[in-house]
Amino acid sequence: MYTETQILKETSTSLLNGEGELVINVGPQHPATHGVLHLVITLNGETIKKIEPHLGYIHRSIEKMCESLTYRQFIYVTSRMDYLSAHINNHACAMAVEKAMQIEVPQRAQYIRVILDELTRIASHELWWGALAMDVGAFTPFFYAFRERETITDIMEETCGARLTMNYMVPGGVMADIHPNFQQRVKDFIKLFKKNVDEYDDLVTGNVIFQNRLKNVGYLSPEDAISYGCSGPVARGSGVKSDIRKIAPYDIYNQVQFDEVLETAGDSFARYLVRVKEMRQSISIIEQLIDNIPEGEFQAKTKAVLKPPKGEFYTRVETARGELGVYIVSEGGTTPYRIKFRSPGFSNLSALDHISRGSKIGDLMATMGTLDLVIPDIDR
Amino acid sequence: MFIKDYISDVYKAAKSLLTGMKTTGYYFTHPKEIVTEQYPDNRDTLKMAERFRGEVIMPHDENNEHACTGCTACELACPNATIKVITKFDISPEGKKKKALDTFVYHLELCTMCGLCVEACPTSAIKMGNNFEHSVFDRSKLLKTLNNEGSKIREGVE
Amino acid sequence: MFSLKSITDSIQVWLSANLGATGALIAQCVIVILLAIALFAVLGLVLVLMERKVAARMQVRLGPNRVGPWGSMQTAADTLKLIVKEGLTPDGADKFLFNLAPYIVMIVAMLLLAPIAYANNFQIWDINIGVLYVTAVSSLGVIGILMAGWASNNNYSLLGAMRSGAQIVSYELSAGLAILTIVVLTGSLQISEIVQSQADGWWIFKGHIPAIIAFIIFIIAVTAETNRAPFDLAEAESELTAGFHTEYSGMKFALFFLAEYINIFIVCAIGATLFLGGWMPLHIGNWQAFNHIMDYIPSSVWFFGKVFFLIFLIMWFRWTFPRLRVDQLLNLEWKYLLPISLFNLLLVTMIAILGWHF
Repeated sequence: MYTETQILKETSTSLLNGEGELVINVGPQHPATHGVLHLVITLNGETIKKIEPHLGYIHRSIEKMCESLTYRQFIYVTSRMDYLSAHINNHACAMAVEKAMQIEVPQRAQYIRVILDELTRIASHELWWGALAMDVGAFTPFFYAFRERETITDIMEETCGARLTMNYMVPGGVMADIHPNFQQRVKDFIKLFKKNVDEYDDLVTGNVIFQNRLKNVGYLSPEDAISYGCSGPVARGSGVKSDIRKIAPYDIYNQVQFDEVLETAGDSFARYLVRVKEMRQSISIIEQLIDNIPEGEFQAKTKAVLKPPKGEFYTRVETARGELGVYIVSEGGTTPYRIKFRSPGFSNLSALDHISRGSKIGDLMATMGTLDLVIPDIDR
Repeated sequence: MFIKDYISDVYKAAKSLLTGMKTTGYYFTHPKEIVTEQYPDNRDTLKMAERFRGEVIMPHDENNEHACTGCTACELACPNATIKVITKFDISPEGKKKKALDTFVYHLELCTMCGLCVEACPTSAIKMGNNFEHSVFDRSKLLKTLNNEGSKIREGVE
Repeated sequence: MFSLKSITDSIQVWLSANLGATGALIAQCVIVILLAIALFAVLGLVLVLMERKVAARMQVRLGPNRVGPWGSMQTAADTLKLIVKEGLTPDGADKFLFNLAPYIVMIVAMLLLAPIAYANNFQIWDINIGVLYVTAVSSLGVIGILMAGWASNNNYSLLGAMRSGAQIVSYELSAGLAILTIVVLTGSLQISEIVQSQADGWWIFKGHIPAIIAFIIFIIAVTAETNRAPFDLAEAESELTAGFHTEYSGMKFALFFLAEYINIFIVCAIGATLFLGGWMPLHIGNWQAFNHIMDYIPSSVWFFGKVFFLIFLIMWFRWTFPRLRVDQLLNLEWKYLLPISLFNLLLVTMIAILGWHF
């Protein structure tokens, strides 16, 4: 019988494993994992030989929890999956319920949803940008990113009532009409953002150290991107067209003009550029919509208790991290029989081992940063 | 041409670094750009958005009357069993029995501020308050009764 | 010119009159040690606060402002906290080396305070090989870091220590070559003579472009030598959590932390002495009137002004740039800085021989 301290003592006698390799644990408590991801890294000197992700530290069984909640209730839980694009998660779930119930969403609600989706995407990319700069060792960009993100969260607070887990979507529309100040504040934000985004390029994108840290690091070929199921900016950085907003447009995405940002280099810098350019695309989408929000209902008339017919329903949306799929099995009752979320983070993480082998520890942090992992999204 | 490439490399690198330093230098010399809010000091001037969801409250008017009929729609809508509505039977002057609110129990410690209860309430008896400073030393203090002592339902609310 | 010489002389006269030759020497040693420790403590407090304030201003925030006016007592409060914290020694660590390492780093930093000229005629030890002494002793600090990394019995610490070793050994070269350019121009290793040679203008102005290049290389190299961002690979917090001092806590951590700031002060003092004239006021050739006005500012103000300007520059780097990768760090040294500084040294030697400098 071993006691815990004995085991610790025996394993700590040597820093190296049997083959003379250094095994280090990055996480679950580590500044670069942005959460409780645990990576067991086998090193040869500073070169990575193998990465083994250990998941489950923040598993809250959200899918199981949703089975005991009604179709109106389960939407709020999904804010806690990918908390940086909470609004888009809610959107996906609301869409799934609407598909099941065959609810027609009013035009006004669709406009509001898309504008808020894009604001959420910008906020998420802002945070990613700051966190990536922090991963490669620059602290200051983080604060500039949060300054702009703060404006978005203020807009969210005013209209949705919360800053991070908005829960503004309900099946059939949105919970309340937009705040009277909403349009003006979004326009102010667009002005501020356009002024400050050039600073980002000065400070980070053009910086020679930053470029050297990201270029030719973590190369992901288009074939690998497809076979690992990568989506979102990670796949688009490898030149794979994967924008759900273009492939299967939902709500009013087929009425707005925007480009799917594609980079073909496949390295970390390509993924970086995709996200930075996506922020500008999102701004352009908001600019097209903000003045043209049609008058009308913000919520369709729905029954108090939702009982979708028996069957299976699947919807997918493009979150800030990639493709989020919501799969609902209904048995005709008030609660879903089974819910499955296809989260983008999980698939993107699975490529990490493949693309990081042979690179340095410093590269791993840069690669992990550009994969934009949100751990509650991976574990759910 | 190796030397030329080498020198242009060094020049470009130095230029990009100086551009970055210019940005941080700008903020160093412009303290007006500081965005920090000194939170506990600015409590008096801090204005939360009116829709901000901080806690569930039940507004009472000057006659100590609320609008809750005790229909338990909020209790059913709540995903976390945060709300417990205890009802009683009032006997009206005509001798009819009528369901009415006895105690509106609110578990703040379970609440996720999703706002579904407010959405579900047919008489707008509850709403989300702006207070977000909920820290207490004893967890039992988070268990709240929302209706005031001796309050009753407003006339005309069905 | 205002000078502290009269004060120091009168102290010496008083001591030797009252205590005899040996007693006076001992008393002087005690005074010097106390002054060095006081400088050490004051510098630690001031520099940490300065770093936090500079960082805050660059990051559009306010920085410490709760303890004392404008947060001036913040570092004192932090030190107090670190003193009362438990100093953990990890299981399986080499206890002797683990406890020794912070003191070695600290002692090296203290030794380096000796040859620096703080003001006109105000220097602890005017050794005739002053510059050589500084380069030699400053490279001892890496022993403490290696010791800390090895003795902690922690993978992160070990990696950090090894990185630090590779880094300091490489960057010593270009720092040394940059220092050599001034030694070549001056013809002396003694700090007081180097300062005196700049009485008609600082070397950065007198030495044409090669001196400016040497100055830039010196600043880059000493940033790397003191393990400061963008060269802070030894403690890269996003990669190695805290590098070589991962396992240190309490006062032992505080010693590492303090030594880092003292080292910054020392390298900046050396840079100011060599390139910016040390305590020498700004003199331009034969402009007697201008030089005379500049002499009214005390020499200690000149010295500390220059040093804090250089420290600000290094802090500015830290809060702007991302960190280099370990192979890029060595590339920068061996492919860029070393060839450039070798070529630069050749140019400077030519200038010195032909007497082209002012």
